[in-house]
Amino acid sequence: MNRFFGWMPGFVSGMVQGPWGSKGDDPDGGDNKGGGGDGGPRNPWTQPGRNSGQKGPSAIEDLLRRGRESFGNRDGGGGGFGGLPQRPGGKTLWPIALVLVLLLWLALTCIHRVGPQERGVVTLLGKYSRTLSPGISLTLPAPLESVNTVDVEEIRTIDIGSASEESENLVLTGDQNIIDLAYSVRWNIRNPELYMFQLSDPDASVREVAESAMRSVVASISLDDALGAGRTEIEQQVELRMQEILDGYRSGIRVQGVAIKQADPPVAVNDAFKAVSAAQQTAQTYLSEARAAAQQVTAKAQGEAAAFDKVYEQYRLAPDVTRRRMYYETMEGVLANTDKTIVESGNVTPYLPLPEIRRRAATAAAPGATQAEEAR
Amino acid sequence: MPPLSRNPIAFALIAIALLILIGSTLTIVPETRQAVIVRFGEPVRIVNRYRPDEQFGKTGAGIIARLPFAEQIVWIDKRVLSVEMERQQVLSTDQLRLQVDAFARYRIVDPLRMYISAGSEDRVSDALRPILGSALRNELGKRPFASLLSPERGQVMENIEAGLNRVARQYGAQIVDVRIKRADLPDGTPLESAFTRMRTAREQEALTIRAQGAKQAQIIRAEADANAARVYAESFGKDADFYDFYRAMQSYRYTFAPDKQGSTTMVLDRDNEFLKQFQGR
Repeated sequence: MNRFFGWMPGFVSGMVQGPWGSKGDDPDGGDNKGGGGDGGPRNPWTQPGRNSGQKGPSAIEDLLRRGRESFGNRDGGGGGFGGLPQRPGGKTLWPIALVLVLLLWLALTCIHRVGPQERGVVTLLGKYSRTLSPGISLTLPAPLESVNTVDVEEIRTIDIGSASEESENLVLTGDQNIIDLAYSVRWNIRNPELYMFQLSDPDASVREVAESAMRSVVASISLDDALGAGRTEIEQQVELRMQEILDGYRSGIRVQGVAIKQADPPVAVNDAFKAVSAAQQTAQTYLSEARAAAQQVTAKAQGEAAAFDKVYEQYRLAPDVTRRRMYYETMEGVLANTDKTIVESGNVTPYLPLPEIRRRAATAAAPGATQAEEAR
Repeated sequence: MPPLSRNPIAFALIAIALLILIGSTLTIVPETRQAVIVRFGEPVRIVNRYRPDEQFGKTGAGIIARLPFAEQIVWIDKRVLSVEMERQQVLSTDQLRLQVDAFARYRIVDPLRMYISAGSEDRVSDALRPILGSALRNELGKRPFASLLSPERGQVMENIEAGLNRVARQYGAQIVDVRIKRADLPDGTPLESAFTRMRTAREQEALTIRAQGAKQAQIIRAEADANAARVYAESFGKDADFYDFYRAMQSYRYTFAPDKQGSTTMVLDRDNEFLKQFQGR
C-alpha cells in the first residue's frame, strides 16, 4: 500500500492543477512536464504517449499544446476538471490511467504474503471466509476481501506482580495467610479467527483470567505448600484452569505455561520467617552436638571395656600373681609421689604434727617430684 | 461519451449522488458485530444475531442492503464483553472484612431487547456493574471468611452468576461467567492483624523447632549413655570382684597422680598390706 500512496500525490496534484491544460505556462506546470519526460513516478500519464512513437520533449510540447487547445475549445466552466491530455490519436488518456491504477490496486490487494509464523484471516465483505497458511496467497481485491495477519507462533508473556520489594502482589492462601507472589503467563494464539472475533479485548482477558485462576488455586493450598514444595503443582493447576476458562470463552488462546518467579512471605513478616530458619539451624546444631557427644561416650565405653577384657583375659590365666603385680605396680606409682610417714601401731599414741607436715610438703613439693622421677 | 462527458458538473453530481445512495444502501456487517436495522425509529430486523456454537463463515455477517435514508443501523457488539466491578468491601458472617475485585463477562444475545432497554453496550455495563457488586456482597456476606477461600467459592460464583443473569436477561445479555479477580484483606487493621497472626505463628514454630531439636539431642545423648552402660556391664560383669580391684587400681593412679592439685601425705601403719614385707615376716 505504501507504494501506491507514494504515487498518489503526483496523481492528485495532476487532477487538481490540470497541468497539461489549465496552467500550462506557469512554473509548476513546467516542472511536472519535466518529470513526465524522465518517466519518473510523478507523472505516469505521459509514458503511454512516449511508447506510441513520439520522442522526447517535442512529444510533451505537442501534448501540452493539444491540451491547451482542448481547454480553449471548452465552454470555459469546466475549470481544472476537464483538463486532460490526449493521445496522439486524439483519444483521451483517462482509460489507460484508470487501467494502470486498477492493475496496481489489484496487485497490492490481491497478493498477500503470510510469514511462516503467521496466519491470515480472510473476510469476504465482513464475513469470515478462510484462514491463509504461510506463503503467497491470492484473494479477491480490497473492498471485497480483506486480510488480517495474526502471529500465532509468538509467545506472549504477561507478568503479574514484581520481584521488587516496593510493590507486593499479596495473595491469600487457604490457611488465611498472605503470600507475596510474582508470576508470568506465556500464551499464544491457537485459533486466529476465534482470537479475532470472540473476545472484545483478548489480551486483557488473559491477564484477568490469570489473576483469577492464580488466586483461586492459591486459596486452596496452605502457605507452606505455596512457599515451598507446592509451586510446581500451583503452576500446573493455574495453567489448566486458565485454559479451561479461556476455552469456555472460545477465545482461541492457548496457555503455554505459568511460571512462579517469586513466592515469598510479605516483607512485614519476613523477619519472623527468618527466625524460623534460624531456629531450624539451632535445632540442627543441638542435634549434631548431641551426636558428637554420643559418639564420644560410646567410643569411650567401648575402649574401656575392650581394655578391661584384654586385662581380664590375662588375669584369668594367673589370677593371684597378676593381682599382686598390679597391686604393687599401682602402689609404687602412687606412693612414689607422696610424702610418707610410717607409724608403729600398737599401744603408742602417735603425735601427728599435721601443720608441720603440710609446711614440709609445700616447700619440698618440687624436689620431691624429681626424686620420685629418679626413684622410678 | 455523449452529453454527460460534455457536462462534467452534472456528471460529478450524479456520480456523487450514486455513491451516497450505494453507501447508504449497502453495508458490510463484520463478524464481530450484530446489526439492528431501525426504520424510522422502529426496529425491523436483526442481522448477524449471535447463536451459540455457530461457526464463523456461516454467520449472518456479510454485505446487506437496506432502504436508504429510511433505515438506520444500530451496531451492537457480538463478542464477549467484560464488566469490571470497582473494589467492594465484603463483610463475612464472622465479621471479617475482605476486599474483592470481580469481573463478569457477558455477551449480547438479544440485540433487539438490548437496543430497546439499554441502547448501547456501555449502558448495559453500567446497569450490570452495581448489580454485580450487590450480588457479590450479598452472597459473600452469607458465608464465613474461611469458606470464601475454599473450593466452596465455586458455588458462590454460581449463585452470583444466576442472580446477575436474571438482570442481564432484561437487557438482552447473557452472563458467560463471573469471577473474583482479587480477594484481599483491606489495608490497615485487618491486614496488620493477619500479619501479626502470621508472625506469632512463625515465632511459635521457631520455638517448637528449637524445643524439638533440644529434645532430640537429649534423647541421642541418653541413648549413647545407655549404650555405654550396656557395653560396660557386658564386659565388667564377667568378674565383678576383679573389676572392683582393677577399677580401684585405676582410681588410685588417677587420684594420686603427681599432676593433681594438692600434695598428698600418707601416714601408713606398719601393718599395712603394702608394708607387710617390711617386717621381714
